[in-house]
Amino acid sequence: MSNKKHVKLNVNGKDEEFLAEPRELLIYTLRERLDITGPHIGCETSHCGACTVTIDGKSVKSCTMYTVQAEGKDVTTIEGIGGPDDLHPLQTAFKEHHGLQCGYCTPGMITRATKLLEENPTPTEEEIRFGMAGNICRCTGYQNIVKSIQAAATEMNAAKEAAE
Amino acid sequence: MIPAAFEYYRPKDMAGVLSILVEHGDDARVMAGGHSLIPMMKLRMADVPHLIDLQDIPDLSNITVTSDSIRIGAMVTQADLIDDAELSAAAPILREAALQIADPQVRYMGTIGGNVANGDPGNDMPGLMQCLDATFHLIGPDGERDVAARDFYEAAYMTDREDDEVLVGVTFPTPSGGYAYEKQKRKIGDYATAAAAVQIVKDGDTCTFASVAMTNLSDTPIYSADAVDALVGSKIDDAAIKAAIAAMLEDIDPSEDNRGPVAFKNHVAGVILRRTIERAWSRA
Repeated sequence: MSNKKHVKLNVNGKDEEFLAEPRELLIYTLRERLDITGPHIGCETSHCGACTVTIDGKSVKSCTMYTVQAEGKDVTTIEGIGGPDDLHPLQTAFKEHHGLQCGYCTPGMITRATKLLEENPTPTEEEIRFGMAGNICRCTGYQNIVKSIQAAATEMNAAKEAAE
Repeated sequence: MIPAAFEYYRPKDMAGVLSILVEHGDDARVMAGGHSLIPMMKLRMADVPHLIDLQDIPDLSNITVTSDSIRIGAMVTQADLIDDAELSAAAPILREAALQIADPQVRYMGTIGGNVANGDPGNDMPGLMQCLDATFHLIGPDGERDVAARDFYEAAYMTDREDDEVLVGVTFPTPSGGYAYEKQKRKIGDYATAAAAVQIVKDGDTCTFASVAMTNLSDTPIYSADAVDALVGSKIDDAAIKAAIAAMLEDIDPSEDNRGPVAFKNHVAGVILRRTIERAWSRA
């Protein structure tokens, strides 16, 4: 039995403090300890991207990070990106363009896509496919996911221009 | 997929890392990005009673580019390699290779140090480091020592690194001429069925310098001196490329696995090396 570690991290703007075993993976902390169930467990082997969260500005698969590694960091999940009353443009676009069918991969897809559009606000289709390569979808065939991200990019860039 | 219990350490300096390594020997492992180690711990194929996280050690994320040499700290991630404009201008093969490793999320975490120190035949950076004739910097209780990348790998997951040593960085001569890294894989994020790293220098229409290394075609990365000999002094015509491929096939020793039988891997290795040489030559 290993010694529990004192962990302090910020999730979606809220400070969380608890004791955790070093072997606790971040996805379990989020889902089971903090009841933040947007990030999903898909493959649990670092492939599928359903558990993607943003940590200190980087897209990370939370099934492949120990919670103790995230000590002191800022974590953003889909819950921190937008909710039913204040949808993020990506969430709106996925809804409009049928970017989801069963929806299981969608939180990870949108979480990753928010970072992708920060990295590159005007991606080509090829760049979207490359930048989303860490997220697998078994329903859509990806066509509508690409379309959704393109539509959201257009929308977000127009809003940015209007604000300037 | 819950790993066995372990003790977790996050020292603030290298002295702290080394004291834990000395105390626990091969029961302790250092972790950089964790994207090779954590999956193995989850499968319980790696038993790590004492895990040392390197993320708080200062100065391991530096990239230093000069006209003579390039030094990259062990904690530099694949994403850092891709984003560093100065590095990409001086040694574009690194960016080309890093873009073919895993996927965006994994590249944000995976490091060059972990990739070269792990000793997994599937990792891309070891072959690339052989091509670039890199030197690995190791720190242990007796101080720092350097090992040539071409002498570092002994067998799968077996390297020249002692249990109480940490790989802290790599240095290689600033490359010149044409370059290419080609990787055949089954899907995005996969390890190579076959991959090749090539650097070529051209003078007029003659090859005056070449370097050839192969990935995931033996239990270690393979630098092929005979393939290099087949290229240097030639005009990189069909005969020279065929000779280089034949020489490379003598040096590799692929084994049958879920990526295919030996004959297939030899075939793919030949196709990939031809493409890599031709693309490097076109850029020389």
